[in-house]
Amino acid sequence: MMNLFKLHASSPNLTRRLYLSTLGILGLSTSFAPLSALAKKPEVIEAIAKIVGSNIPRDGRVKLVIPPLVESGNLVVLKVAIQSPMTTIDYVKAIHIISEANPSPNIFTAYFTPRSGRAELTTRVRLADSQRVWAIAQMSDGSYWQGYADTLVTLSACTEMI
Amino acid sequence: MKTSPLCKQWLYVLFAIMIAQSVFAAEIAKVNRQSSYQLMTAENQAMQDDPNLNPALFWVMDGHSLWKEKTGNKNVSCASCHGDSGKKMSGVATQFPKILRGKLRTLEGQINQCRASQQDASALAYESKELLALTTFVASQSKGMPIAIQETPLNTKDLQQGKQFFNERMGQLNLSCAQCHQDRAGLKLGGSLIPQGHPTAYPIYRIEWQTMGSLQRRLRNCMSGVRAKQFEYGSTEMAQLELYLMWRARGMPLETPGVRP
Amino acid sequence: MSKTSRTGIIAPANAKKDSIIEIRAIAQHDMETGFRYTEDGKRIPRDIIRLFTCRYNNEEVFRADFYSGIGANPLIIFNTIAVASGTIECRWTGDDGYEAVNQVNITIS
Repeated sequence: MMNLFKLHASSPNLTRRLYLSTLGILGLSTSFAPLSALAKKPEVIEAIAKIVGSNIPRDGRVKLVIPPLVESGNLVVLKVAIQSPMTTIDYVKAIHIISEANPSPNIFTAYFTPRSGRAELTTRVRLADSQRVWAIAQMSDGSYWQGYADTLVTLSACTEMI
Repeated sequence: MKTSPLCKQWLYVLFAIMIAQSVFAAEIAKVNRQSSYQLMTAENQAMQDDPNLNPALFWVMDGHSLWKEKTGNKNVSCASCHGDSGKKMSGVATQFPKILRGKLRTLEGQINQCRASQQDASALAYESKELLALTTFVASQSKGMPIAIQETPLNTKDLQQGKQFFNERMGQLNLSCAQCHQDRAGLKLGGSLIPQGHPTAYPIYRIEWQTMGSLQRRLRNCMSGVRAKQFEYGSTEMAQLELYLMWRARGMPLETPGVRP
Repeated sequence: MSKTSRTGIIAPANAKKDSIIEIRAIAQHDMETGFRYTEDGKRIPRDIIRLFTCRYNNEEVFRADFYSGIGANPLIIFNTIAVASGTIECRWTGDDGYEAVNQVNITIS
């Protein structure tokens, strides 16, 4: 610990260089990070806004499972499960599945009831490209929760010539 | 003109490769034969295995309805001769293509032949919903049974022609079926594993087509893939190639109706 | 003009009262997305199933909105509580007047 301080103090130039080079590395790394990883397409933001309004969905409680590598995007098994006691006073009202890279963001919406027993379902979806898929749950208490899954698609669906 | 020692060396290497190629073009040993089912993801395998999840089951049901439907000028159904349940068709699909009345027929071809002669009905077009449904229904009666094609004095000429098609280079890419599906089966092309190409599950629900399709459709896809002139649906060449492929897969169990990516 | 197709419902025929059962519902439908084009550049219009509902003794217990992103021959697997003996009815409606209905019976012990 004392040695570190000594290193810093012994050479003002070294300290300054260290500081500037660290800033430089930080600057470079943010320009390398692809924008797509940080921002969603406008249609996707709009689709999510239509669901949650002015609420902010919290991370957690929603588990979305898609195979991480998919041979054909035409028929991909998708499973979603939401933690909830599913009682008449505390249950999942709806789950919305939103795609970040399909021609249209909405994939499906399912509406549960207290008679559902479990807020779980499995279906088969189309994925146009490697992407992140979101699952946004709307609870009976008005709160929103979200989860996501990333997948790599080698043969895409949706847009093709016949 | 004398050939240099280096040139001679390369000639020997080339010669050895050519010999190796012809040895390579021999059959895959029975113990090493592998259905492309083995190369699928667990989800797709489950889709094939579970009747509740397999979309092809709708075509089986459609096929059963058509089986029982009276049609043609003679107004009879397939069931009138072959029974309502279709169970009498057990073992039939594993024997096709076969020589009947001197002509090599595929299962689709035989269904159309039956329609013409017994029902006086028009032939169903290849890849039509009706022909696929009937073929799937009939073939699924043999599910689990081993493919039973043997070389016989009757079919040997067609079988050898089919074998020639399999081993012959074709198309602008100048590739033969054997070069990928025999010599390089199990290796990767692009991101996918190359299958041995055994027609164990046809007709299949192909996820890429999002519908049922025949072996001939799949073979035409392959041919356009190497930029070759595709064999026509229902042609003799197609039947001969089918015969060779089924013979090459003899002993392997039929999986119809299959699911493939 | 209404069009329809085959559907399938898989659910247990018998269940213990108040146990959670799994229902699988599948419909035969191409689910034409509306994003595909013919060779001459014409867009093929969307033709999909839009709504799936499940009623248990005539009370709606599950509903789903399908969009173009749902795969062909749509399958959905969901749960419900086996409250009483009776009928589980599933209904699919969609573009171009598509409608299909199917049902299964369930006995509660």
